[in-house]
Parts: sequence; structure tokens; C-alpha cells
Amino acid sequence: MATDYRRIVRDGMWDSNGVLAMLLGMCPAMAMTTSATNGLGMGLATAVVMAASSFLVALFRKHITQEVRIPVYILIVAAMVTLVDLAMNAWLHELYKVLGLFIPLIVSNCLPLARLEAFAAKEPVLPSLVDGMFMGLGFTVSLTMIGAVREITGAGTLFADASLLLGPAFHFLETRVLPADTGMLVMILPPGGFLVTGLLIVVKRMLDVRAGKGIQMAGAHSV
Amino acid sequence: MKIDSLRHALVLGAFCLGFGVVMAVTKNLASDDIDARALEDRLNSLGQVLPADHYDNNPLADPLVLEDGEGHALTIYRARKEGKVTGVAWEIRGSGYAGEMKLMMGIDAEGRLLGVRVLAHKETPGLGDKIEVKKGDWILRFTGLSLGDPPAERWKVKKDGGDFDQFAGATITPRGVVKAIRGGLDFFDANKTRLLEAN
Repeated sequence: MATDYRRIVRDGMWDSNGVLAMLLGMCPAMAMTTSATNGLGMGLATAVVMAASSFLVALFRKHITQEVRIPVYILIVAAMVTLVDLAMNAWLHELYKVLGLFIPLIVSNCLPLARLEAFAAKEPVLPSLVDGMFMGLGFTVSLTMIGAVREITGAGTLFADASLLLGPAFHFLETRVLPADTGMLVMILPPGGFLVTGLLIVVKRMLDVRAGKGIQMAGAHSV
Repeated sequence: MKIDSLRHALVLGAFCLGFGVVMAVTKNLASDDIDARALEDRLNSLGQVLPADHYDNNPLADPLVLEDGEGHALTIYRARKEGKVTGVAWEIRGSGYAGEMKLMMGIDAEGRLLGVRVLAHKETPGLGDKIEVKKGDWILRFTGLSLGDPPAERWKVKKDGGDFDQFAGATITPRGVVKAIRGGLDFFDANKTRLLEAN
């Protein structure tokens, strides 16, 4: 049967979205989304790690025996994280100063591990790479949205410091939505993370219900 | 059974070895750049509290390790012009609302502050973080001050009867910063001869 890539993309971006449908990777989704830029950076770093580790697990899937698969997956994710950490520290240092503290957290994010076990372990290399990439991108979009809502309501800005992350060309993204010092502080503090994530999940489910899909069990497509 | 376990061990071992090698190679490739970046970072924070026209040496290459009052080792960077010490800079720590704050302070040979910058803190965003130079110019207020100016007993925030503004909604953070700077000035005063001698 031909691989349905559109299905994989849809799953990653919407139907089985890591944060908004499967509720995985909540730790970085809360901790790193005090601004849209931070959410974007954390999401992209996670997407790179996910694509690379899905690719590698699919490549070696015939050699990884059932009994030792979990340690091997963890080893691969941890190795990818270490490589990203070293590379960013050396060659994307400005970004590293913003995100460095949180890169090691990707190891403990259960989303990459869940995709390795549920998808890459059984599927060929290319679909696995696509799955890792789009699960990661879906994660990125969710984190950026949570960050954007928190940043607008909490600090009154949107994509502040985006040029630090993406380069000076993206200076135009940095906008001030509300006048300075009018934000609701709670949105930037940890409770804001829970509130916004919860609200976005509600919005997603309302859209699903309206589209006649009913509420799907988390990750139904992936198993 | 036995053959199976051996196979699992070999598979796991092979992956460990393979990725271990990849990581070691990457670390080797990146380590020079990483060291260079760390040095740049420290030079940057030093440059903010030691004006460039104050020295012609590399303060990072001229560290002096002293013990503070509590027995912690402090690394002090000395700025020199034609061999004479014109300023010193080191890291100070203050306790804020949400834990320790790390600051860098620079003092000239007469005991006047050349500048103070916050390196790291965990204060409340939007309230306590106005101590960062990026978020407000409060921290610049200290430049040029010394232990006698304002007088020692006025080295406090206004709420405590001193000279320095606190922020609306945040008193503990500025109080911690003022106290840390005051502590640094006291340290300079107590160790002046040792800090300023030629070597």
C-alpha cells in the first residue's frame, strides 16, 4: 500500500498534534512559551531532533531488537540532543544563550520517544522522516501559538527578539501590540501557560466538533 | 536464550559505540568555537563595566583570586594602563525575590563605580527584571557612585530610608541589588591595597 503522506502531515499538524491532541511534551510547552520567539526556537530545535532520530530509528529498525529498543531510542534521542546542543553553542551562539538551558530538556520530552515507538519503529525511512518532521513542526506551531497568546496578553508584544533567533532580516516581525506595562503579568508566569494551553485545546476541539469529526481519542491514528 | 541475550548486548553496545564516536568527533570539531564564544561572552560583560579607554591590557588574562569575607574565592579581573591598575571588576551575588542574582561590577582605582550589570537572575518578568539594562536604565544610576557618595547609611532603597528607587510592585529585587553593590564596595575598601598593587 502506498504511504499516505498527506495523512502523516495532517496527523502531525492537526489530528494527532503533539501538544493539542496528544498532550505530550507539556514541560517545554509550558516552560518555554513565555514569548512567541521562545516557543518557535524550542519547537524548531525539537523538530530537528525528532526528524533526525525518526530517520535513524527507521534506518536501523531491522537491527534494533525488541528487548533493547527503549534504551536504543533513548540513546539516539539523547545523542541527537547533544549534537544539537554542541552545534548551537558553537555556531548559533546568540540563540544558544536564549534556548541553551532548555535544549537538554528535549531528552525528557516524551513526544520524540512516542513517535519512535509508534511510527519510526515500524515504517520505512522516508515516511518516518516525514512523520518526525511534521510532528516536530506541529509541535513548533503549537508552541509558537501558545507563546504568541501569552506574549500579547502578558507583555503586549509579539515576536520580541525575533531577530536574535532568526537573524536581523526578521526585525520586522517584532511588534508591540499593547502599550508598555499594560500586560497581565499572570500570562507570562507559569499559570498563564496552563490557561493558554487549555484554551487552545478547547478551540481545537470546538473546530473539530464543528467539522463533524467528533472528539477523537488522543493519538488514535498513530497506533 | 543465552545467544539471544548476547545479541541484545551486542546491538546495544554497537549503538553506544557508534553514537559515542559521533559525539566525540562533533565535540572535537566544536570545542574551539565553543571556547571562543565563552570568552567573547565574558569579555562582553567585562566591557560593559570597564570602559575601554581605561585599559590597554586584556583583563581576562590578568585574574587575581581573593577570598571574600565568607571565605568564597572571588576572581577579580584587573584593568591596567601602562602597567598601573586603573580598575577592577568581579562578579557579585545578591539575593533577590526568586533566588540568587549574579551581577558584574567594575570599580576604578579611586573606588568609584564604573558600572554594574546583571548577568543572570530569576526575578519576576515585568516587575523585578527592570534591573536588566535591556529593560530599564535603573542599573545605570550607580555609575560614578562610591562608598561616600551617597553616605554609607544611605546605600538603601528609598523604602528603607536610602537614596535608591525601588520599583512599583518590586522592592525586594532592588534591595538585593543595592545590598550586593554595597557589599562589593565594602570589599573593595577592605582589600584596596591588595587589589591595586602592581602584581
